Amino acid sequence: MKPAPFEYFAPTDITEALDLLARYGDEAKILAGGQSLMPLMNMRLARPHVLIDINRIRALSHISLDANGALAIGALTRQRAIERASLVQTHYPLLSAVMPSLGHFQIRNRGTIGGSIVHADPAAELPALCLALEAEFVLRSAVGQRTVNAADFFRTYLTTAIEPVEMLVDIRFPPWQAQWRWGFQEICRREGDFALVGAVAVLRMDDDAVCQAARLTMFGVGGTPVRPQRAEELLSGQRLERRVLDQLASVVAAELEPDSDIHASAEYRREVGGVVARRAVEIALGNARGHNER
Amino acid sequence: MDQTYIGAPIRRREDFRLLTGKATFTDDIKLPHMLHAAILRSPHAHARITSIDAARAQALPGTIAVFTFQDIAVWAKPIPLRLYPLPGLEHFLQYPLAQDRVRYVGEPVAVVVAESRYLAEDALDAMDVTYDPLPAVTDVRQSLQQQVIIHEKPATNLAARYTLALGDIEEAFRNAAYSRKEVFNVHRHTGNPLETRGLVASYDAGRGEFTVWGETKVPYFNRAVLASFLDVPESKIHFIETDVGGGFGIRGEFYPEDFLIPFAAMNLGRPVKWIEDRLEHLKAANHSREVLCEVEIAAQRDGTLRGMRAHVYGDMGAYIRTHGGLVPSSTAALLTGPYHIPAYQCTVSCVMTNKMGLGTYRAPGRYESCFIRERLLDMVAADLLIDPVELRLRNFIQPSEMPYTVGKTRPDGPPTVFDSGNYPSAFQRALDQIDYDALKPLQGRRQNGKYHGIGIGCFVKNTGQGPFEGARVVVSGAGEIAVYLGITSLGQGHETTMAQICADALGVPMETFTIFHGSTDMMPFGVGTFASRGTVMAGNAVHLACQKLREKALAIASRYLEVDATQLVFRRGQVYRQGAEDHALLGLDELVRLAGPASPYNLEEPGLEATAYFKSNQLTYTYGTHVAHVAVDPETGKVEVLRYVVVEDIGRCINPLIVHGQTVGAAVQGIGATILEELVYDDNGQLLSGTFMDYTLPTSTDAPSIDSIILEEAPSPLNPLGVKGAGEGGIVATGAALANAVSHALASLSIQVTELPLSPDRIRSWIRASSPQSL
Amino acid sequence: MTAKQTIQLTVNGRAYEETVEVRMTLADFLRDELNLTGTHLGCEHGICGACTILFDGEAVRSCLLLAVQADGANLMTVEGLAQGEGLHPLQRAFHENHALQCGFCTPGFLMTAVAFLQETPSPTEAQLREAISGNICRCTGYAPIVQAILQARRGG
Repeated sequence: MKPAPFEYFAPTDITEALDLLARYGDEAKILAGGQSLMPLMNMRLARPHVLIDINRIRALSHISLDANGALAIGALTRQRAIERASLVQTHYPLLSAVMPSLGHFQIRNRGTIGGSIVHADPAAELPALCLALEAEFVLRSAVGQRTVNAADFFRTYLTTAIEPVEMLVDIRFPPWQAQWRWGFQEICRREGDFALVGAVAVLRMDDDAVCQAARLTMFGVGGTPVRPQRAEELLSGQRLERRVLDQLASVVAAELEPDSDIHASAEYRREVGGVVARRAVEIALGNARGHNER
Repeated sequence: MDQTYIGAPIRRREDFRLLTGKATFTDDIKLPHMLHAAILRSPHAHARITSIDAARAQALPGTIAVFTFQDIAVWAKPIPLRLYPLPGLEHFLQYPLAQDRVRYVGEPVAVVVAESRYLAEDALDAMDVTYDPLPAVTDVRQSLQQQVIIHEKPATNLAARYTLALGDIEEAFRNAAYSRKEVFNVHRHTGNPLETRGLVASYDAGRGEFTVWGETKVPYFNRAVLASFLDVPESKIHFIETDVGGGFGIRGEFYPEDFLIPFAAMNLGRPVKWIEDRLEHLKAANHSREVLCEVEIAAQRDGTLRGMRAHVYGDMGAYIRTHGGLVPSSTAALLTGPYHIPAYQCTVSCVMTNKMGLGTYRAPGRYESCFIRERLLDMVAADLLIDPVELRLRNFIQPSEMPYTVGKTRPDGPPTVFDSGNYPSAFQRALDQIDYDALKPLQGRRQNGKYHGIGIGCFVKNTGQGPFEGARVVVSGAGEIAVYLGITSLGQGHETTMAQICADALGVPMETFTIFHGSTDMMPFGVGTFASRGTVMAGNAVHLACQKLREKALAIASRYLEVDATQLVFRRGQVYRQGAEDHALLGLDELVRLAGPASPYNLEEPGLEATAYFKSNQLTYTYGTHVAHVAVDPETGKVEVLRYVVVEDIGRCINPLIVHGQTVGAAVQGIGATILEELVYDDNGQLLSGTFMDYTLPTSTDAPSIDSIILEEAPSPLNPLGVKGAGEGGIVATGAALANAVSHALASLSIQVTELPLSPDRIRSWIRASSPQSL
Repeated sequence: MTAKQTIQLTVNGRAYEETVEVRMTLADFLRDELNLTGTHLGCEHGICGACTILFDGEAVRSCLLLAVQADGANLMTVEGLAQGEGLHPLQRAFHENHALQCGFCTPGFLMTAVAFLQETPSPTEAQLREAISGNICRCTGYAPIVQAILQARRGG
């Protein structure tokens, strides 16, 4: 399993990379962490004529918090760096807590946040998190820049709104809200695998234990991560008692339209989707920081 | 007190090179001017080949050659059967390259040879092959409808069928108060050694001799096959064993590449290396285990078993592999297990499908039959309201009945006779180890949202397959004894265990011995390493060779010292007068000299060496019990294995460190296979589980702690060492124990497991089917 | 395309300068160009971990890196663990605990363990099992590997 031949570039700054993209367009693929692309290239399922290795562009790797608490992460930032950043642990605990679920530490040593997002595997955790947190993606090309919200970015399996001449440079998370409670739950065949089905719940709770607003993101349930609207409406403005949670599971199950594959049927993903959604909300309610349970 | 090595947990001498990166696996071999091969494989499960055009591939710089069937036609023969040549199977054998049809995805169609593997894969991309696809059949029942015929001659998909019958089955069912009929499915899966297959072949045109690295498991048989293909004497083919990254039955049988690569080397006059990649391995290295079994059992109301009748269908794939009908035949052969079942009838059908061929994977037929029978027994127990433990105790073959003749359960070969064993004792030991009585109240109970179940699987396992193995022991001096074996090593630690046996037999320190194995030049005759036979066959051979050596040493010493041999003793590598063991008369250095060609004291062959063969046509049976405690999440279908106990009696244990290692490793393989693994084909015969992302092997977080207990209560009466073969017992009852555990756990949802794997999707589908509202 | 680049890197403390094809993987480079065959290939798609090495001190899958990406890097492979005739404490612990049978996965586990223990010198068993869950072993069932690494962690 050796890659097919390609032309190789290793630009050291963003402009150089964007010029290469402008020149080669859809003949080119960006090599970031390589944890998704290299397997495809080794299997010759991906055969780019041009490989643009962006690993030497230091400017693409950064983690920063602005005065409002908005988190900005460069696309090339290694998943492991995010996992270990005390800035993220303190100010964006959900992101920090989910990182260890991504594959294995050797993968996270090289894998990047941008790579996972652009690869857009619907069973991956990061795209789902970005959707749950209403993140924004900054895309640049040789001729300009645009920002796309996560809700508009993921189109279908392995397909996003990014144009062949564009590169994801930054991911911006809105400021973390103190009243947010969160829960994350995924079902995998084995730890570290892509999820059969998973859920991220972010709830804004008031002092009376009423849920003011709910965001529920499901992944592994079709071509992209989804936010089942009726489920979110069910939770909003409610005290989240047992009756509501049980109802949540069936509302989510009814709203999902997953596909079947060899690991799980559509019915499995639908039904168990309801279950993990409920469990994610239960975890969110369970404690202030939430915890990751499989 | 003299040191004894047998039974001691000696650490392995093989380790040093394996730990430091100094081992030599096949891909580590580099020869000058070496070329690299890649195999063009069929993308269709069933198709006519309408054209093969290699022009673009050959035009690539770096491509050296392309071979198709035409190029090998003069040499090519069908790959022959090594085992279980059931009548009829001979029509379904595979040529090393497809001729005008392909019959499974992955079937070799051509070989390209290039300056590097990268360039060889470029050449594969440039091969232009056109196919005319045909409908594919991927399931045994569908195949038996004979609408899609896979082999035009003999125009049937039923490759072989036979029936074995013991006792009076009609009477058993007629007079039975109770009977139950079920259908069981064991899923297709395989062993996946971490090292894929690979070969390096070199041809010396001047001498007409071949050297091949990468052959293992059954090198003598493979050499004979290769010799017949190439039409050269076996003595012109040298197989040199490398370090081997696991086998588990899959590696080492004769595959198409075992001819194609030496052929390429001969044709091109340069060494050729071929290293299989993982995607190829998943589709084109032996699959295993896939059987369907219709079975009916008859019993008295008190649970005494009266009879069993079954039909085992083996999903053989598109070609019969070297194992012949082994997988379904072995399933049938031990289906009755360690129990007294007076009447037994079983039909075995080998059915062809458009899938990869079926071969052996650790405990072939035993994992399958154990699952089928132990599930059935639990069903009987539930129906008759008898405790599953009680039911087994009531029906075990008793130690007083040993040796116990089951009867002729294999189509050829001697009757199945259990040589020794105390099945109730091993059974009780396992129950005690897991504290079954304390756990029983948990059966089917829901705790913290999960249903608990404890499942049992009892087994009997044939080991020590003959017909022979040899060993040659050569003393060069007091500090240097070489032992040459015909068996191979795929990671079992033979270099250590054989040295232990020799050390005890000759009374010298283990460090004195160097064990050489696997290469066909070392011993003129050998069989190989499979079916847990290494210790039984080679271990006894080295033991016998050492005995012969002692006798020779004493004979030489007797002549030299002019003392009757009966008055002399050979101990601790020295000769002593009996009763005067504080005064050594002769050491090994002197004996070597006295054994030399010019010495008048040696009337036998020159040299202080001896060769011995241990022959056997009887199998020796290990046995034991697995117990599993699981917790099943009914909402997600996930199974957690909380505890797992394996008890196996292996007669006599040479190295407990190695045996425990094998048992634990085998158990984790079996647990992983039962819960995580499946080779899935779609209706068009496309392999959907084609990468490690889809074929999910157990990792450290999937492996529960295995409680492994080795018993030595029933040594084998069939060989001087009293050993039985270890290595497979840890896997045999994993399907059974886990399936029983899950069935107990979900009993309140009326779920009775009859198929594998125990995947979350399957479990949820069973729950959904049996109780739609329950969550 | 046979485009080549010259790279400079350090492997096991030794400096190398080699010219390589841009598409050659780092694993193949180590094995075939530098003849460091201790790093093994089990899957070539990043799952089995047999190819694990240290890249600037971090455990990575060398089958998913190109050799040209290692220009300027400092690598360690299994051949760099033992000091002369003496075994590294992890190697010794593997030997003592029978943590290898066929040995094919072993270099990958050793390098993963080295990296992990550097970051987490006193892991719990659960943390350790998770850390090595990206390496597949077919022979041992993992228990002795866990024991060996725990033993080495304690400095034994």
